[in-house]
Amino acid sequence: MLSYLTIIFGCQLLGELLVAAVGLPIPGPVCGMMILFSGLLIRGSIPDDLATVGASLLDNLSLLFIPAGVGVMLHASLLQRDWLPISISLIVSTGLTIAVTALLMSWLSPSPAETQSPAGGKLEKPK
Amino acid sequence: MKNLSEAWVYLSASPLLHLTLTLVAYQIGLALYRQSKLNPLLNPVLISVILIVSVLVATGTSYATYFDGAKFVHFLLGPATVALAIPLYRQFELVRRSAVAIVCSVVAGSLTSMLSAVGVASLLGGSRASMISLAPKSVTTPVAMGISEQLGGLPSLTAALVILTGILGAMIGTFILNALGIKSWAARGLAMGTASHGLGTARALQVNELAGAFSGLAMGLNALATALLLPLLWKLLFPN
Repeated sequence: MLSYLTIIFGCQLLGELLVAAVGLPIPGPVCGMMILFSGLLIRGSIPDDLATVGASLLDNLSLLFIPAGVGVMLHASLLQRDWLPISISLIVSTGLTIAVTALLMSWLSPSPAETQSPAGGKLEKPK
Repeated sequence: MKNLSEAWVYLSASPLLHLTLTLVAYQIGLALYRQSKLNPLLNPVLISVILIVSVLVATGTSYATYFDGAKFVHFLLGPATVALAIPLYRQFELVRRSAVAIVCSVVAGSLTSMLSAVGVASLLGGSRASMISLAPKSVTTPVAMGISEQLGGLPSLTAALVILTGILGAMIGTFILNALGIKSWAARGLAMGTASHGLGTARALQVNELAGAFSGLAMGLNALATALLLPLLWKLLFPN
């Protein structure tokens, strides 16, 4: 277990180094994700213990955003200054982005039935 | 009583208190979210943040003091992003088959995000600094802050807008996708990750692993697309 956690940390470290050295316009962890992904492609399978470590990190992905979320309180006065254009822009733009991406993707790449949501119009249920 | 207040002084100076506060608030948020059968409007991050901010304001605690404890949780965001390679690898066959569609959709989403954010803000009379700070709002924080700074925006305003966009997308995404009749988990996940980076990915992973994998991929691709396209787009829109 510990060895796979070390591999994940190592991928991030390598990613951070690569981003800093080459000046890539992506964050270090995203680069680390690509490094781990390449490693999995070369190996051809996911080791069980790596899957366990990964699942324990990803099962609570929401939790990891809370400290940054609380940080929004620091910028309350900046947000207030232009609050109306900012909030309408956020809502319209986020909604449009979701709609355009999803429509284009389902138009360009009709997906096989087994990869479809059974909900279709209703609220999704957990797995 | 004297001992108790001494204990409080000791605890509030230790990172344990705010680390525990973060975990307790998250579990309250998660319990409500699960109780509602994952209703996106009861976003667990939003609930936790509201609870924690209320406690901090009520006790007069600064964010710096809070973060001293919460940083241990924050730190794991990087390794968790790396771990997104695992669900992505499981869906590799599907990703490979639809690679062109994925790239086109994310680039279109990325352009929509930047242009509509700047367009709406400018129609409503937002300041130039607000417009620049809004433009990279859909990409993950470090990239968004870097672009905002490079173009003369306010990086700390961008950081707050990125988080708000993430929470908002996780809350409204399901309703928009259902209204449009989008059934493909790949398209649903891709849209969440493009518009709402890691917070959209967290929501997508809770609902379906395939959607989570595509969302994580879209998050990475959109970071790249925005970093490359936004500076060019900005020169085109505001040449002076």
